[in-house]
Amino acid sequence: MQSPRTKFILGGVLMLAAVVYLIVSSTQASAQYFMTVEELNAKSAEVQGKNIRVSGAVMGDSVAYDPETLGLSFTVAHVTGNNAEIELQGGLAEVLHQAVIDPSRARLQVAYTGPKPDLLRDEAQAIMTGHLGEDGIFYADELLLKCPTKYEEAVPEQAASEN
Amino acid sequence: MLADFGFAILVITFVLAIYTIAAALYGHFAAQPKWVESARLAMLLSFPLLTLAALDLTYLLATGDFNVKFVYEVTSLDMPTYLKVTALWGGQSGSLLFWSWLMAAFTTAVTLRKWDRDREFLPWVILVSSVTMAFFLGLNVFFENPFARFWQTFEGVAAYTFKPENGIAFTPENGNGLNPLLRHPGMIIHPPMLYLGFVSFVIPYAFAIAALVTGRTDDRWIRITRRWTLVAWVFLSLGLVLGGRWAYDVLGWGGYWGWDPVEIAAFMPWLTGTAFLHSVMIQEKRGMLKHWNMILVILTYALVVFGTFLTRSGVLSSVHAFAKSAIGPAFFIFIGATFVISVALLIYRWDSLKAEGQMHSMFSREALFLLNNLLFMGILGICFWGVISPLVSELATGAKVTVGPPYYERAAGPLFAALVLLMGIAPLSAWGHVSLSNLANQNGMEMEKRYALGIARLLWKPAIPAVLTLIALLLLGIRNIYALIGLTFVALTTSITLYEFWRAARARSRAQKENFFLALWRLAGRNRRRYGGYVIHLGVILMAIGIIGIEMFQTETQQSLSVGESITLAGYTVQYDSLAQFQAEDGRWVTRAVMSVFRDGKFITELYPRYDVYADGQPMTIPGVRSTLADDLYVLLVNWEGVTSQIAPFKVYHNPLVNWLWLGSFIFIAGTLIAAWPDEEPEHAPARARKSRPAYQPGD
Repeated sequence: MQSPRTKFILGGVLMLAAVVYLIVSSTQASAQYFMTVEELNAKSAEVQGKNIRVSGAVMGDSVAYDPETLGLSFTVAHVTGNNAEIELQGGLAEVLHQAVIDPSRARLQVAYTGPKPDLLRDEAQAIMTGHLGEDGIFYADELLLKCPTKYEEAVPEQAASEN
Repeated sequence: MLADFGFAILVITFVLAIYTIAAALYGHFAAQPKWVESARLAMLLSFPLLTLAALDLTYLLATGDFNVKFVYEVTSLDMPTYLKVTALWGGQSGSLLFWSWLMAAFTTAVTLRKWDRDREFLPWVILVSSVTMAFFLGLNVFFENPFARFWQTFEGVAAYTFKPENGIAFTPENGNGLNPLLRHPGMIIHPPMLYLGFVSFVIPYAFAIAALVTGRTDDRWIRITRRWTLVAWVFLSLGLVLGGRWAYDVLGWGGYWGWDPVEIAAFMPWLTGTAFLHSVMIQEKRGMLKHWNMILVILTYALVVFGTFLTRSGVLSSVHAFAKSAIGPAFFIFIGATFVISVALLIYRWDSLKAEGQMHSMFSREALFLLNNLLFMGILGICFWGVISPLVSELATGAKVTVGPPYYERAAGPLFAALVLLMGIAPLSAWGHVSLSNLANQNGMEMEKRYALGIARLLWKPAIPAVLTLIALLLLGIRNIYALIGLTFVALTTSITLYEFWRAARARSRAQKENFFLALWRLAGRNRRRYGGYVIHLGVILMAIGIIGIEMFQTETQQSLSVGESITLAGYTVQYDSLAQFQAEDGRWVTRAVMSVFRDGKFITELYPRYDVYADGQPMTIPGVRSTLADDLYVLLVNWEGVTSQIAPFKVYHNPLVNWLWLGSFIFIAGTLIAAWPDEEPEHAPARARKSRPAYQPGD
């Protein structure tokens, strides 16, 4: 038979191939396209049925919730996905605020079934996972919310109001 | 004043670390031991100095000096003192200081050890530790000063280290307070555990680099750092488990692990560290895999720093919401530089790290250990790809593609299952030098057969309980193929491990005419590393049971209930009895539901799911949980807002077997203690004793 070295190299290659296969196939099976509201609106035909992750600023007035059926719908406004740009524009809280008050921003209606999350309020950042329906509504299976926390405030509120 | 004092100490300690580096280098190259001794003493000084700085900051936190920005950020008047104190690691700059302080404690312990036989390592261990320390202190001094204070100037209020021109000290009346999600016992000890794990991995790395630089590339560095590695590993493991427990108790999503990038960042050094723990045994016993061990320890160090970076820089968005900061590039440069230098050193010493033996059989113990390493590295690859894939795909195609928990579960699941199986089989295999000379020239096929038969001969008895388990599971109606495979592997590995204890103890009790239990005790005492390892394996197996239970069999339902109505799930009936709302002492509003739990029409217990809203508006959902070894009934009162006391929405999870996960972690820790307990062996055993190692014996 072959030398021990060949045997082990063969085993190693097989093992590597198995891991690569697992990575590639699992990536394909669970890939989520991370898009902004603008991109989603622009490519709505292409992305039908794909697993999409989209984030936007919650429009507080649009939130409608029925505690009986747990039906939840709201509208989000486009925010950029680029972190550097967010920093340039004065931080996440500011970017979210601008998105909500700007009437020309691209918007997206979202439907979700489940208890209304604690953090779903005006100017929160909503991260939704789901698919775009033919009716142009985004059907979210998963809904994550982030509020720009007080951690990120560099200056105390009391101080800001004193100026 | 105290704040300036603290910053001054930080600067002094930073300068001292630079001096330590210079003195160690000069002492080595100029062959002047007194300079190395001076470096050593300087390093010893860093611990008391940093203790002073940490105490200073802790005092500021405890007394609520909101003039200091860090104190303002993480504490508030309504917080109890123990939370104010532990807020030291509740924010970025404080936790960096805490990191440095732990690092100083560990390097002090190393510096105080007996160096008689390892003098040549000393300057390099000092160097590596001091470079690491200088880096973290540098972050504090130049980017993230925990002692920065608020100053009012014409432009407004901002935090500065030094008094700006025309600045007037500004003290807010109250602080922001620690994020309520972090006000949990698990969260108080989770970060220190993780940091202890991170920090103590620096020590094996320092010795590895010392071995590479000095060319003393035998297994001495591994023997010195064996316990450090175990300690690092157990703390890291504990940190991970505590983080999981915290998520389970506080985050209110019925889970314990979400494959969040930050979780993965802490998990990756654990993977390489675990691989390292196993593969060093091959080097000690057989003088093989020397390059591999170096690669693993270098990778672990890089991943430790990378993990701190990910948790502290905000590059990746995750639930571990820390603000972004300027320290990202600094981390990047440091990781890159140390990695390149380490790899260069490894290549330079490549030839002196040649293996002393050769692997012959695929079924020999060293081959199975190698397989274990490959599996861990496979999981590492999966994790790494998962974390970086958004960045890669964005660069390659412009589309940002992310992968979620299903990716990790699908890709890593088979490898975890293989690890569980291997954990059972590997102890049955023999070290590959049984009768090397006879076998070396033999037909390869013939040899594989002999090794495989050796395992099979020991395997058939413990395999019986595994087969019985499989039959029992099928009879119980379980048809989930993954759960069946997983639980069968678990049963097999458990019975082999217990069988190993039994086999060895019985042999000893016969040979020494001892009582069985005494024999078991003495056996484990003689070979703590081996039997401690087996106990750790048992702990991991129990944890696997819990993970299989919650991953494969978790069920959930959600519904709005009127008073008197109930939800039924997995045989339990949860009835909504009443609701109360009150203000707690610390100012948060508590909304608490009373739920009766019935099973088969019989009342079992009451649960109190809660919904707290803190003064700053931060809500927190605390589940009502009934825990037994069979399952957890996990009831959440979700989002109270806008709902009358007559009707409230609830979410109920049924998490089978999840408590085995927590139970297993205790056994795991016990096992590590056994394995790491100091031996009675004289410390002066000749380092090269391995040369004349005896042939394999059972119980070796």
